[in-house]
Amino acid sequence: MQINQEKVAKPIQYKSEVKNLSFYYGEFSALKNIDMALHDKKITALIGPSGCGKSTFLRCFNRMHDLYPGNRYEGEIILHPDNVNILASNVDPIEVRMRISMVFQKPNPFPKSIYENVAYGLRVRGIKQRAVLDERVELALRNSALWDEVKDRQHDLAFNLSGGQQQRLCIARALATDPEILLFDEPTSALDPIATASIEELITDLKNKVTILIVTHNMQQAARVSDYTAYMYLGELIEFNVTDTIFIKPKNKQTEDYITGRFG
Amino acid sequence: MAEESHSKAAHAGKLGYSFRRNLHERLIEVFLFLSAVFSVAIMLAIIVMLVKESIIFFQHVSIWEFLTDTQWTPLFDDAHYGILPLVSGTLVSSFIALLVALPLGTIIAIYLSEFAPFTIREIAKPFLELLGGIPTVVYGYFALLFITPILQIIFPELPGFSLLSAGLVMGIMIIPYVSSMTEDAMRAVPMNLREGSYAMGATRFQTAIRVVMPAAFSGIAAAYILGISRAVGETMVVAIAAGMQPNLTWNPMEPAATITAYIVQVSLGDLPHGSIGYQTIFAAGLTLLILTLVFNVIGHIMRKRYREIY
Repeated sequence: MQINQEKVAKPIQYKSEVKNLSFYYGEFSALKNIDMALHDKKITALIGPSGCGKSTFLRCFNRMHDLYPGNRYEGEIILHPDNVNILASNVDPIEVRMRISMVFQKPNPFPKSIYENVAYGLRVRGIKQRAVLDERVELALRNSALWDEVKDRQHDLAFNLSGGQQQRLCIARALATDPEILLFDEPTSALDPIATASIEELITDLKNKVTILIVTHNMQQAARVSDYTAYMYLGELIEFNVTDTIFIKPKNKQTEDYITGRFG
Repeated sequence: MAEESHSKAAHAGKLGYSFRRNLHERLIEVFLFLSAVFSVAIMLAIIVMLVKESIIFFQHVSIWEFLTDTQWTPLFDDAHYGILPLVSGTLVSSFIALLVALPLGTIIAIYLSEFAPFTIREIAKPFLELLGGIPTVVYGYFALLFITPILQIIFPELPGFSLLSAGLVMGIMIIPYVSSMTEDAMRAVPMNLREGSYAMGATRFQTAIRVVMPAAFSGIAAAYILGISRAVGETMVVAIAAGMQPNLTWNPMEPAATITAYIVQVSLGDLPHGSIGYQTIFAAGLTLLILTLVFNVIGHIMRKRYREIY
């Protein structure tokens, strides 16, 4: 037996490429001609003042805007290694969400037990075997650093957890289905500093497993956790670069003003 | 600046209670309290009346006979006072009604809350609520003159009066109550829960069934309890379409009387005040009240156990 060299997948550099993306809420143009890329298994942060479109941009990646009428995408978000534009009309948003998970601003556990919250995505995918569920739930809870705290009360209602634990539960829920990209929409803005620190640590740990895109209001957070940073303003991508460069030597005057706190 | 110092001066040295403000607050509190007491007082008055009059009844008829006798013929020479035939009629007609109203009401609510586009919802809701505004006597004749003949095509042996026909129409009548309250409960579920579900790759239906409905459980339970109470307490439809003969049966294909139908039948007659026949009204009324109370308590316990927290 000979290993066919060509069939061994070579590591991909970009997990996703955004090409000339524009987005409209009805007539309102919320994103304007954005070009950027998500590096595989890296953390990319989106920063910018409120209303600049960073959440809107994030929610394009899992086609969340399809849930509401009157929204329109233009341009492409290419998902690798498939090399498919996930915004294309023949792409099923449900299939996209099966591969690209999301964690929200406010912890939003379902009115179910801790276990069932984590198992939700698996059940939605039709997995019923108890052993498989048990194993995947435990793995997800371990990966979200929640296992030790909840292993003896997995069948308690998720609402009994603290805010930070709930958010880690939501991360576990998103991880359980083994997503390729994980989207975070200001995941720590509703949490206290200690819970924030644990979530940040968790995000950093996840980097080796999954490609991460995170929206944050907190510039220190972007500097701490991300490898790449994009600065957005009024629906436009102003600057996108390695995080250190953005924070130490931004090329654009606007970026510099925002980062140094002179604006925003 | 001048204004600020002026208002400061006005309050200077005044840290004690303001008589006017206090009186005002107190009056409002008393008014609110009285409003709350009023409904409780009416409820108590009804219970006192029913119990008082029922005691007179039970001085003539033992509770044992009331609960075990299989015939209800208080107006015949050979009088029997067994409530069971009325209870069976009430339970069978209510059961059929709920078999129609709860599933259909829930399905309509799921559609309107989770699937329907804005325009369809705006058109459908008023029509549904209109359905709830039709007088029950109209539903009664609808059952008797429209539904019963149709049912007789399917079941040729069905008599002109039947629990089946009355129950089905009663169910249709209750649908709007169930669907409207269920929909309100489901719509009150925050959008971020739904988004959480969609983001996991769930379909609309999975989201509705697995996330939205459990989250809205207590409101849905309230809607169901209201539906049950309406079914048990409904009078005109059963009085018109189910016949008025008390009949101990669990077969919906037979005519029978419900507690409410009996009460309305006897109250319309010319029974002398204070006669034993007259007192039966109150004993039957008390039974109905207890029946409804039992359903409400069960519902309350269920709501407590599965209280929603977002």
